[in-house]
Amino acid sequence: MTKVTRSEIEEFLFEEADLLDKWRLPEWLSLFTDDAEYHVPCMDLPADASPDDSLFYIADDRMRLGERVKRLMKRTAHVEFPHSKTRHMVSNVRVKEREDENIDVTSVFATYRTKDGVTDLYVGLSNYVIRQVDGAFKIRSKRCLLDSDALRPSGRISIIL
Amino acid sequence: MNSAASANRPAVLVDQDKHVFKVSRRNFIDPDILSMEKERIFESNWIYLGHGSELKKPGDFVTRSVAGRSILFTRDASGTPVALLNTCPHRGMQVCRERKGSAKSFQCFYHGWVFGLDGKLRSQPGEDSYDADFKNRESSHLTPVPRFEGYRDFYFVCFDRNIQPLVDYLAGAKDFLDVICDQSEEGMSIVKGTHEYSVRANWKLLTENSIDGYHASTTHASYFDILMQSNGGANFRSGAGRGYDLGNGHAVIQGQAPWGRPVADWIPAWGEEGKKEVDRIYARLVERFGEERAFRIAKMGRNLFIYPNLIINDIMAIVVRTYYPTAPDYMVVNSWALAPLNESAWSRKYRLNNFLEFLGPGGFATPDDAEALEHCQRGFSNYEDVPYSDISKGMNKENPSSADELQMRAFWMQWNKQMFPESAKAAKIKAA
Repeated sequence: MTKVTRSEIEEFLFEEADLLDKWRLPEWLSLFTDDAEYHVPCMDLPADASPDDSLFYIADDRMRLGERVKRLMKRTAHVEFPHSKTRHMVSNVRVKEREDENIDVTSVFATYRTKDGVTDLYVGLSNYVIRQVDGAFKIRSKRCLLDSDALRPSGRISIIL
Repeated sequence: MNSAASANRPAVLVDQDKHVFKVSRRNFIDPDILSMEKERIFESNWIYLGHGSELKKPGDFVTRSVAGRSILFTRDASGTPVALLNTCPHRGMQVCRERKGSAKSFQCFYHGWVFGLDGKLRSQPGEDSYDADFKNRESSHLTPVPRFEGYRDFYFVCFDRNIQPLVDYLAGAKDFLDVICDQSEEGMSIVKGTHEYSVRANWKLLTENSIDGYHASTTHASYFDILMQSNGGANFRSGAGRGYDLGNGHAVIQGQAPWGRPVADWIPAWGEEGKKEVDRIYARLVERFGEERAFRIAKMGRNLFIYPNLIINDIMAIVVRTYYPTAPDYMVVNSWALAPLNESAWSRKYRLNNFLEFLGPGGFATPDDAEALEHCQRGFSNYEDVPYSDISKGMNKENPSSADELQMRAFWMQWNKQMFPESAKAAKIKAA
C-alpha cells in the first residue's frame, strides 16, 4: 500500500467541490464506488447513528444517489431549477490510513447556496471513507454532520453538501 | 383589528350556489392577522406537544417551543406525562435548558431552586429567608400548561382553560387517528431523529399543501419518475381517493397510492422477503379487525389534518408534522417519523427508506413543496391587485375527490369562524 499525502487527498476533495459548484453532477457521481453511501443525519442523532433505525435527512445508497443526481439535472426538480449557485469550501483536511484499502478522511465544510436573492450557509464536518481504485481515489462513503441546531433558515438540503 | 376583514374584501369569500370559495391573500401577509392568530388560533385550540413514546420512563423529558411557548414535557415519578411551562417562578429563567434527556429533578442554575418531576418546588437556597408557608403556595411551583390531554399517546396543550375536552375537539379526526394507531398492537412510537426546518412562507400554506392531492403530478413529477422507473415496480392503480371534512376544522384525504406501505401494502421492489413480512402483517390485521377495516388500515393511505397545525400523513411512511408562524412569511416546522413499536428490522429499514425518498428537507418531494410555498408567498406581493386565491375545486361535486379542495375549505371555514366570527356568520347566511 502506497502512502497517500494530505495534499493528494485535498486535491481530490477540491476537485469534488469544484464539480459540485459547476453542477457537473454526473461527473461528480463517478467519484463514488458502486457500493457508495451518502448520509446526512438529523442533528439530534449521534454521529454514528444508522439510517436503518433512525430518521436521517439523507441516507442514499449508490442507487438513490444516482436518482438524486438524475433528478437534480431535470427541470422538474423545481427547488433547484434554475440551479442555485453554490460554493463548497473545504478545509481542515485530515487523513488516516487503515490496514485495509480504506482511507479515513475528515474535513470541515462551509457551503453557501444562493438562489432568488437569498444566501444560505451549511457548516459542518464531513467523514469520508476513500479508496484507491485503479490508481484513482473513489469515495466509498460520505457523511456530512451539520453543526446547526436545525435547518433554519435554510429549510432544505436540496443541493449536495 | 377587524379592519383586516373589511366589508368589501372579506377574509374568506363563499358562494355555494355559484361554487365560489376564495381566500384573501391578506391572510398570508398582514402582521395584524398574525397577531390575531396568536390569540384566536394558537391560544384557543388544542396544539400538539409531543408523543408519549418520546418519554420512555419517569424523568425522561424533552423541551420544546410550542406555538411560541417554552414547554417542558416529562413524566413524573408515577410515569404520568406532565407539561410544564419552562420558566422559573422566581425570576423567569428556563429551568431546563437541554433539548432532551432524563432527570431526577430540575434545577434552575440561576439561584439554585430545585423542582420535582411534577414541577413542585423542593428546595431553594436560603429557605430560612422565605415565609414559612412559601412552599405551600401555588405560585412557588412550576406552572403546568393550562390544559393538557392526550389521545392514544398524542399529547396536546391548550392555553384556554375553557376549551372542550380533547377527545370531543378531535371530532371526526378521532376515527382516523384510530385507524393510524391500530397499525400496531403494542402502540406507535416516534423514531429517533427529528426533522427541524423552516419555510419562508405563511404557515397556512403548509396546511393547504399537506392535504393537497391536486399538486402531486406536477410539483412531484420528478419523484414519480423515480418511483415508476428506477425502483423497478410500484403498484399502478386507479381509483381516486376522497376528501372529507371531519368537523372543527379537521380534514383528511384518503385513498390508494402507487407506493408501498410497510403496514401493509407490498410493491414488487420489495422482493420475496418483503412480501412474506407484509403478508404476515396484513393477515394479523385481518384477524384483529376483519377484512374491511384491515384493508382501510393497510392498503389505503391518508393525509390527516388536525386543526390548526398538526399533520399526520400516513402515506409511504408516517410523518407527524407541526408548524408555527414566527412572521407572516416565515414558519418553523418540526416533523417526526411515526412507526409501530417493535416492528421488525426489515419493516423499520424499508419504512425509513420510503420516508426519505419522498419526505423531509433532503427528500425528493418536500423541497419542491417548500419552493412552491415560498413562491406563493412572493406572488402575494401583488395582493392589492390580485387579492384572492381560489379554493373552489370540487364544489360542483357531490363527493369531492382527494384531488379536490374540500379539505382545505374545511380548514378555512373554521379559521374564518375563529378569526372573524361576524363575517363568517354573514358568509354562512349567504351560502344558505
